[in-house]
Amino acid sequence: MISVIGFYQTKFGELWEKSLFDLVKETISSILKENQLSIEEIDAIFFGNMLSGVLENNLHSAAKIAEIIKKNIPIFRIESACASGGVAFYLAKQYLEANSNKTVLVIGAEKMTDFSPEEITQALAGAASGDEQEVGLTFPGAYALMSNFYLKEYGYSEENLAYVAVKNHFHGSLNKKAHFQKKITLNDVLKSTYVAYPIKVLDSSPISDGAAGLILTNDRDLIKKAKNQVKVLASEMATDSISLMERERIDEIKTTKIAAKKAFSSAKVDQKDIQVAEIHDCFTIAEILAMEDLGFWRKGEGGKRVKDQETMLGNGGKLIINSSGGLKAAGHPVGATGVKQIGEIYLQLTNQADNRQVKNAHYGLTHNVGGSGGTAVVTILAS
Amino acid sequence: MVGIVSYGFYLPKYRIKIEEIAHQWGKNPKEIKQSLLIEEKTVSSFDEDSLTMAYESSSMALSHFDDELSKIKIVFFGSETPVYAVNPTSTILAEFLGIEKNYLALDHQFACKAATGAMMSALGLIKSGFSDYALVCASDKATAKTHDALEYTAASGAVSLILGKKDVLLEVVDFTTYSSDTPDFWRREGIRFPSHGGRFTGKPSYFAHIIGASKKLLEKNKITVKDFNYGVFHMPNGKFPQEVAKILGFSLDQIKDGLVVSFLGNSYTASALMGLMAILDKAKAGDLIFFASYGSGAGSDVFIFKVTQEIEKKRQNFSMILKNKKYIDYSTYLKFMKII
Repeated sequence: MISVIGFYQTKFGELWEKSLFDLVKETISSILKENQLSIEEIDAIFFGNMLSGVLENNLHSAAKIAEIIKKNIPIFRIESACASGGVAFYLAKQYLEANSNKTVLVIGAEKMTDFSPEEITQALAGAASGDEQEVGLTFPGAYALMSNFYLKEYGYSEENLAYVAVKNHFHGSLNKKAHFQKKITLNDVLKSTYVAYPIKVLDSSPISDGAAGLILTNDRDLIKKAKNQVKVLASEMATDSISLMERERIDEIKTTKIAAKKAFSSAKVDQKDIQVAEIHDCFTIAEILAMEDLGFWRKGEGGKRVKDQETMLGNGGKLIINSSGGLKAAGHPVGATGVKQIGEIYLQLTNQADNRQVKNAHYGLTHNVGGSGGTAVVTILAS
Repeated sequence: MVGIVSYGFYLPKYRIKIEEIAHQWGKNPKEIKQSLLIEEKTVSSFDEDSLTMAYESSSMALSHFDDELSKIKIVFFGSETPVYAVNPTSTILAEFLGIEKNYLALDHQFACKAATGAMMSALGLIKSGFSDYALVCASDKATAKTHDALEYTAASGAVSLILGKKDVLLEVVDFTTYSSDTPDFWRREGIRFPSHGGRFTGKPSYFAHIIGASKKLLEKNKITVKDFNYGVFHMPNGKFPQEVAKILGFSLDQIKDGLVVSFLGNSYTASALMGLMAILDKAKAGDLIFFASYGSGAGSDVFIFKVTQEIEKKRQNFSMILKNKKYIDYSTYLKFMKII
């Protein structure tokens, strides 16, 4: 069995005093120290990062990490837009399935706030279809198209979207590592400035700096010795057309559906077994579509279900979504996000989530999306 | 005693309202006004620049200068928008004002604190006996890229100070400064409009430097904020000076008279000094004024001023000049700023 035996996350936010590799270094040294491991016990590193090549001309980051750890092990840099962290985890699991008695680090990191909004928007748009970029479609624009269609098709309003942000900010207020730890009201969301109609500032995840790391192993002795460990039941990935215009439907993410179906099948659990999940909420519409595509809610009922706030901590629901605050409030350093999501579920399943602990959580799920759905990774963990 | 012997200021008569700019870009003016705490800003006309405005403010300062012009052997000009990239504005200004050739002319550059840094140099030269007086000017026709957040605040204006030892109206009790390599706002050679680091211009930049300098000066002088009648802080917008004042312990009462940014905008090098000009309308002998400039890049110069009896003889009328204003529309603004 492959297990996660450790997690570390830097603070997410505007970390102006730290570089990308300061964050990577902090994550590696802290995760090893907290779990009483030495770098000698690590066989490989999987590094999720999207933007350092575009923004900083730092492409050969595997060798940079080797310089930091002063070791000559295999290190892989994985770029898959905002799913870079999730795909890094997926590949790490594949590596362990092919190699027995190995221990690897999965690190995700991103440095974004040192750049102007124009530079970041353009760099992020690099994960979108070239044809659509040429006509000026940015990510807020792509998700705005999905939002408009969804709201019209199923008879909802901007208010339905806003409930996602209110919930995730409430959860973020309970997370000391979150970029935003401030509760917001429905009115705050509805009165915030439009980015791309109907998406407003408070419907959108922020630009953040941050890093996260996981220790993943199939070494039975290490798993036995570990203070806290969770089993990886499944990690599945799917890809689809990068262009929205080539998709079969605009009100669903096909990759999420495929990856979820495969993950539930190989984990041998179903949606009802999951008590806690981290869902890719880059924009509020994304969480609603994901809840439907993952099979938690029926297509078209997401707008209503989100309004009931059944997935918010403290409301007695059986499934809590984005207890970390999600991308919306915990922050979205893109390469780190997929790793942090799995880390949050690790904390939840090992009763380490402090005041945001979901009671009796035994099964958890993460959902990490690249671009507007060109890539999705779904991972299922169990205590 | 060294200090300010005479002062003058210049405000262009043209104003543009936040609503007028916001409407061009489909923005909600209410939100912008709430976030920047600014209602309108000054705009210099197409035939005005940092030199013409410095000439106007210097002429006003000289109108209350009773000694001989030849005793002014220092002319310092601080600006982010000098009329030439190479060729001093200070010499042109001195020539226009009729100051004799035996003087030290220097143009100073350090974002919005260029002139307060020049004040420190001038005070040192006066104390050393190099000159009886110094003319220090702060003048900017501040530009901003259209549709940038700076467009709502970047304004025009000039302040001129004559520093000396005789008949001082504002005694410089003490000053200090605080600097670091913090690139929060810049304009590269050949680039027309400045760039900025967005939220990076706040906590690690404006706040860190003003607080660093202020605490140092207060500790050195064993004085508390309660001892001051007034406080003035550089005004890139209306929010920052109020926040920094609160952090340092100043009350709104102490800073409100100098908060001119809400109706004048940010005239860069002249911004904080413009707040001081407003205070001098009211200040009485014996009043203590705390003054902090900020320059991106970054640094803060802080001064403790003490008002003397001379203020009664040399007081200008800042509030009267404010009334002379005319509102313009966005296209006139673009024309005046030579953007079109």
